[in-house]
This record gives sequence, structure tokens and C-alpha cells, in this order.
Amino acid sequence: MGDFILLMIGAILVNNILLIRFLGNCPFLGVSRSMDTATGMGLAVIFVLTLAGTITWCVHTYILVPLGLEYLRTIAFILVIATLVQFVEMVVQKTAPPLYEALGIFLPLITTNCAVFGVAIININEGYDLITSIFFSFASACGFALALVLMAGMRERFALVGIPKAFEGTAIGLITAGLIALAFSGFIGLV
Amino acid sequence: MSIKDEFTKGFWEVIPPFRLVLGLCPTLAVTTTGINGMGMGLATTFVLVFSNLFVSLLRRFIPNQVRIASFIVIIASFVVIVELVMKAYFYQLSEFLGIFIPLIVVNCIILGRAEAFASKNNPVMSLADGLGIGLGFTISLFVLGSIRELLGSGTLLYYDASHPGFHVMWSSFEPFAFMLKPPGAFVALGILLAFMNLITQLQAKKGGGR
Repeated sequence: MGDFILLMIGAILVNNILLIRFLGNCPFLGVSRSMDTATGMGLAVIFVLTLAGTITWCVHTYILVPLGLEYLRTIAFILVIATLVQFVEMVVQKTAPPLYEALGIFLPLITTNCAVFGVAIININEGYDLITSIFFSFASACGFALALVLMAGMRERFALVGIPKAFEGTAIGLITAGLIALAFSGFIGLV
Repeated sequence: MSIKDEFTKGFWEVIPPFRLVLGLCPTLAVTTTGINGMGMGLATTFVLVFSNLFVSLLRRFIPNQVRIASFIVIIASFVVIVELVMKAYFYQLSEFLGIFIPLIVVNCIILGRAEAFASKNNPVMSLADGLGIGLGFTISLFVLGSIRELLGSGTLLYYDASHPGFHVMWSSFEPFAFMLKPPGAFVALGILLAFMNLITQLQAKKGGGR
């Protein structure tokens, strides 16, 4: 169990997927303007990434490796993820309408979220087994949600301060992200 | 717009990742040296040019409902080609870029151009658009990489131990290692973006702005 806790802390704080590994930065800057959308996106990513990490691991281990088709990994994974996202969208819409209301618009965006695809590949490259992959995917997604919500909390306050004209919008967002990343690099050495 | 305009707009008007704020992950992650940035940019350009060409050629045959999935399959095929070619001929670079080569498939610039441009325009225009945007992206990555390399390690055009590039800083220069770290990437890109905004504002003030 201790290993899993270390893995979780490592994935959430030390090697944060957004700030240190640089995966999923487009939604990070795109949907971090308000707290509500950031929370919705964060939850949607936790849900999809955990599922996607599990399924792509199974596809790789039980289909691609026995057939000797590892070089088709990129195509296979992106198709699995795109289908999965569509499928999740339909299931959530039918079974849990309130959840769909909250996550609805974010689900299609997740197909091109490189965090999902990136974690699927990291799972394979690092040679994780199934349980570790599930834990790592979940922990990475939690790290994503944490960084996104922190960022949204800061960006909401930008409305109240005078920002130099040239820095408005994305430029100040990037510099803020840099400062959050600097704070996160204080966790290096924790694990 | 003429072919020339479609080609040159990628260099300033809509230069990614500054004007089109897309494709940030590779921009931030691989630009620790100029050469690495350029390698990433060229790999992306290759995929972008061919995916634009094929999306444009097939635009009348792809049903509207499944277009995104079809685009992704076209893009993924070219990404696999790049992945295998780089492993065979540029092993060191491919080791460094690592996970970001397969990640070209989810680079929003490529899907964005397929959806917004290539699926509505003829193959020649799409080719020009892909080449222009791709080279614009390459230039951005090269510039950002060079700035970070210059401040972070004091060299330019470093490739590997046998091709060390040039030491351009004075001898007592203390490398500013922050620039090579992840936080430095965010800050460097943010400041570069602010500079671009400043230039655009000055142009507009002079009346010479577009």
C-alpha cells in the first residue's frame, strides 16, 4: 500500500501532470477563467482519464502485444479515447442527467486533451501493471484538477486588479502558471 | 486570399502558439534548446502539411458526422510515420522529445487547421496554409528554445556532446538554470507573448496596424 501512496503523492504534487510534465495545457489556460468551469472540467478529466488509462492499458497488453502491433499504439489509443469519450457522453446523458448538465460541454473537449493520451502512453512506457496504471491515471487526473482549480482561483482575482495592457489575457495567465509551477517545484524531493 | 497570403499569414498574423493559443504542451516542454524546439516544430510541420493535404483531398467523401474521427485517423497515420522515421534516423532527438512525438496527434493546431481550413478549401490552398502555419510554429519554438538556452546554459545551437554549438555568453556568465526548469518555460512564453502584444499595440497606435 505504501508504494501506492508514494505513487499518488508523486503524481499529484511532485510530477504534476500540468505544471511539470506539461500535458493538457490548452484546457489549463482555456477553461481556467472561472471556478465553476474549472471544477467541471477537473471532474470530467478525473472520470475520463481513469477509465481511459485502464482501457488503453488493456488494449495494449491483450490486443496489440499478442499480435505484435505495438507500432500502431498511437492510432489505436487515440481511437479508443475518442470512442470512449463519445460513449461516456452518451451513458452519462442517459443515466445521470444532472452530471451531464455539469460536465456536458467539457466531455467532447477531452478527446484532444493531451493529458489523457499522455498518461495512457506513460503507463505503457513505464511498464506499470494494471493496478498501478489505474492508480497512476487517477492520481494524475487529481493533479490536473488541483492545478486547474488553483489557477482558476487566481485568475478570478485578475478582474479586480490593473494589469498592464500587453500582459492581459493569456500572457499573465502563463506567468501565473509559472509561479504556481515554481511553488510546486518546492515538492521535489518529497518522494 | 491568394496562395501567398495563406502561406505568409502563419508567420505573424496567426503565428502559433502566440496568436493561435494552441499546441502549448510541446511548446513548453521541449524548448530547452533551440535545436530541440526546431526538431519538434519540423515534425509537427510534416504532419500538418500532409494531414491538411489529405483532409482537403478527401473533404467531399468524409461524411459530416464522423469528420473529427476521420481527421484523427489521417493525422495519427502521419504521426506514426514521423515516429518511426525519427527513431530510425534521429535517435537522440527522438529520445529527448520522447512522449511528445506521439502527442503530435492531439496537438490542437493540427486538428484545428483540418477543421477550420482544410475541410473547406482546395488542396493547393490547404498545402500553403499547412506549410505556413507549420513553419510559423517551428520559428516560434526555435526562438523560445534559443532564448531559454541562451539564458539557461549560455550556449546557442547545442545539439549533443559532439556538436556543442556556440558559447556566446562571457566567461564569468552564471547560467540562469531557472529558465530550463518547467516554471521558466511558462514565464518565458508569457513574457514573449506580452512583447508580441506590445509590438502589435505600437503598430496600431502608429496607424500602421492591420
